[in-house]
Amino acid sequence: MEFFRIKRDLPFMKYALIFNAISLITFLIAVGALFYKGLHYGIDFTGGTVAELRYAKPADMTQARAAVESLKTGEAVVQNFGTPQDVLVRLPLVQGVTNAQMSENLFRALCGSRTIADTKTACGDGAEKIELTRVEFVGPQVGKELFESGALALVLVIAGIMLYLAIRFEWRFAVAAIIANLHDIIIILGLFAIFGWEFNLPVLAGVLAILGYSVNESVVIADRVRENFRKMRKASVDEVIDNAITSTISRTIITHGSTQIMVLAMLFFGGETLHYFALALTIGICFGIYSSVLVMAPLVRWLGTSRENLVKPETKPKDALEAEKILP
Amino acid sequence: MNRYPLWKYLIMIVAVVIGLFYTLPNIFPQVPAVQVSTNKSAVKLDAPLLDRVEKTLKGAGVSFTSSELDPANGVHIRFAKGDTTGQVKAKELLLKDLNGGAPEGSYIIALTAESTTPHWMQNLNAKPMALGLDLRGGVHFLMQVDMKGALERAADRNAADIRSLLREKKIQYGGVDKAGETIAVKFSDAAEREKASRALTDSNKDLLLKEDGAAQDLRVVITLKEEAKRKLADSAIEQNQKVLGNRINALGLTEPIIQRQGADRIVIQVPGASDPARLKDVIGRTGTLELRMVEADNQKNSGALLAAQSGNVPYGTELMNDRDGGQILVKKQYVITGERINGAEPAFDGQNNQPIVRVSTDGQGARILREVTGQNVGNRMAIVLIEKGKPEVITAPTIQSELGSNFQISGRMTTRETSDIALLIRSGSIAAPMEIIEERTVGPSLGAENIERGFNSVLWGFVALAAFICVYYMVMGLISTLALSVNLLLLIAILSMLQATLTLPGIAAIALTLGMAIDANVLINERIREELRRGLKPQEAISAGFEHAWATILDSNITTLIAGLALFMFGSGPVKGFAVVHCLGILTSMFSAVFFSRGIVNLVYGAKKKLESISIGTIWRPDSVVTRNAAADDDVVATNSK
Repeated sequence: MEFFRIKRDLPFMKYALIFNAISLITFLIAVGALFYKGLHYGIDFTGGTVAELRYAKPADMTQARAAVESLKTGEAVVQNFGTPQDVLVRLPLVQGVTNAQMSENLFRALCGSRTIADTKTACGDGAEKIELTRVEFVGPQVGKELFESGALALVLVIAGIMLYLAIRFEWRFAVAAIIANLHDIIIILGLFAIFGWEFNLPVLAGVLAILGYSVNESVVIADRVRENFRKMRKASVDEVIDNAITSTISRTIITHGSTQIMVLAMLFFGGETLHYFALALTIGICFGIYSSVLVMAPLVRWLGTSRENLVKPETKPKDALEAEKILP
Repeated sequence: MNRYPLWKYLIMIVAVVIGLFYTLPNIFPQVPAVQVSTNKSAVKLDAPLLDRVEKTLKGAGVSFTSSELDPANGVHIRFAKGDTTGQVKAKELLLKDLNGGAPEGSYIIALTAESTTPHWMQNLNAKPMALGLDLRGGVHFLMQVDMKGALERAADRNAADIRSLLREKKIQYGGVDKAGETIAVKFSDAAEREKASRALTDSNKDLLLKEDGAAQDLRVVITLKEEAKRKLADSAIEQNQKVLGNRINALGLTEPIIQRQGADRIVIQVPGASDPARLKDVIGRTGTLELRMVEADNQKNSGALLAAQSGNVPYGTELMNDRDGGQILVKKQYVITGERINGAEPAFDGQNNQPIVRVSTDGQGARILREVTGQNVGNRMAIVLIEKGKPEVITAPTIQSELGSNFQISGRMTTRETSDIALLIRSGSIAAPMEIIEERTVGPSLGAENIERGFNSVLWGFVALAAFICVYYMVMGLISTLALSVNLLLLIAILSMLQATLTLPGIAAIALTLGMAIDANVLINERIREELRRGLKPQEAISAGFEHAWATILDSNITTLIAGLALFMFGSGPVKGFAVVHCLGILTSMFSAVFFSRGIVNLVYGAKKKLESISIGTIWRPDSVVTRNAAADDDVVATNSK
């Protein structure tokens, strides 16, 4: 089987301007969404209480909402997730009320007249039974720290990857690759902002993992560009880049497709905990292909990469040897 | 060119064997178990105990699958898979038999889950992966220790010591004021101040003295040295950790993790806690304890009590609620604080068999108690618990005789009450107040569901991926799939060996790592196809394919590893679990996708001198469209038509 039967190098560079314009527009939309709507942070970052409850029969949401409102905590969210039996309640931080009281008060309010078991995690019998399956509380100082360490991790990843690429290739590739991949990250975050999806710790982990992963594509293309500069001695920069993209495109799409198969499995089977994580990865993988091919490569050209930048004279003897091996 | 020396094949075999061996324990199921142990040195865990336990259970008709004695950990009773009713019943029976029904006693009886991995494997450290709280259910707390509070209390103690020291040395001083962490002692005479400074420096090396003021208003400002502060903070955290550990053990929960995190935090993780509310209740008791003399109650000096109740509280006293709903008037000045108390436990009076609480104090505490109680026989002393600034009298026994380092509290209490009071007094031994700043509680049913979800994600993702790769790359795809399986095997084996905690994000990382690991094989396979397309001989194409792909694989794995390491360094909780698995997965994938798959390729193709073709799917050439018919394009075997 072969999906990619490409006869001639695809003229990516000819349309580079159009692609860059499209990227810029999506990027600006994403930034605008982040600016105006903002991310819907999970309690990992904001602090607060989240409780998951399981009802024996489909939950009466109006009643549950009324019960939660009676706690007078302000901005509370009550919603179903997964099945109609599963209810998720999210409460903001309330001054002067400790988490222990908060989750207990909540459970008591939801249970109403049902008798609460000694363990304080279940109440009622038979069809009336409600179980408290998960409670999470994050205090304000912890949320702030998680936010800061998340930002620090992002900075460290960017710096580390740029440094590596700058050493391994040259600074133009490093800059182009990081812009291309940050563009993906901004778009992931933008979509999360537009659709109001919850941005929590696993999503942050996913975003950073995808950043490391997407850079691969840029590396693969950069590798090819360098190789082509050595081999295609008469070709122009555009031709070199076009050939590099064309000859790696099947690999790019197949590897991303393979990773996506795994991510889809998580999206379908992973339950709500992994849902947004898988969603972030999906967006990241799709835009990863687009950005490495159509954002990074034109950027490299505009930054003025040339044969001289990449093929360093002192490595020539080794190059010659390699070239001999490659050529049939 | 495509041959491995023997030692490389041996490495492959050894890796797979080790991988299988350490992965195996994860396949043995976990069964419910009851563990009988103790935290008292006087109680022996021996064969008679095992006999007794077995007899008790057999006598009540509770069936179990195995029972054994482990001198270090106590008696383990295992039940059939899923027999949690038998497990719970056994716990109740043993509580009644060994501890006389009290939740706290000589023995700790805990519900656990034990792996059925054979002993000889466990002895080689082959254990199942440690599952995180989100997978097995349990409670996670992050406690913030209030260091400022600890320092202020230290200053309180020091102020009292200074007063008594100056009095003892007969040094004239104007007064001792404590504000926050600093103490100021007033003097009217420079010579007296000089004497006091010397006495203070001699008596306590941790104090930092600064002379201040002029003329008639001379002062010595006293703070703690930085080093002493640090030492105090360390010992406060240690003390808190110890107290928390004792309390959780007393609830009969095994394997609690109580760790210090950073300068002033403690992490508590209790897996499989079936009763998080009780646990939270016990952990959450973070108050401080003080012993104070009672000034007035409704029998003695009741006039003063009535006056205080009507709003006229005498100077130096405080009106407090007691546990029975009444009120008593208590002195503001404490006799000793909980820090001087070493332990408290419920017991029975040897003479009349009444439930009592035994309390023991340290030397300094005993000295003070002896002095104060000697003068106050017949008066009441209140044990006051101050939680979040609100004092409450736990009990206010009458002093029967002069107290020493060991004394007992008695009088019309039930065993439940004595065990509660003992627990509360011990709670008072916390060195610095604490607060829960993060909590994650996962019910056991949700944990089991999470395992299933994670497992299904990995399983179906793997199956779909393998199917696609095999169809697309034929035999080479099969080899890639084999390498990917080895990757999974090694990853699980390493996680089991390291006993790293697996969480749901960790499982997600396994899935994601597998999805990314196939990247290397795709890269190799595509490269081999390309070399074939270019007209290389199959053997050459394999060699060139692996060689050229290697640099790219290394690059891409390094960038991914950078992201993984950053997540590991800055991530907390779930993110850290993700990062650990992700980083390990990248390392194992380098081994399996490059070294291992090359080995199999060498084994399959390397020996053939005149290899005509590689089964790697269609090698499509732009020019071949013209010369060959369309059906030939879908040839599954690529022939080298040079």
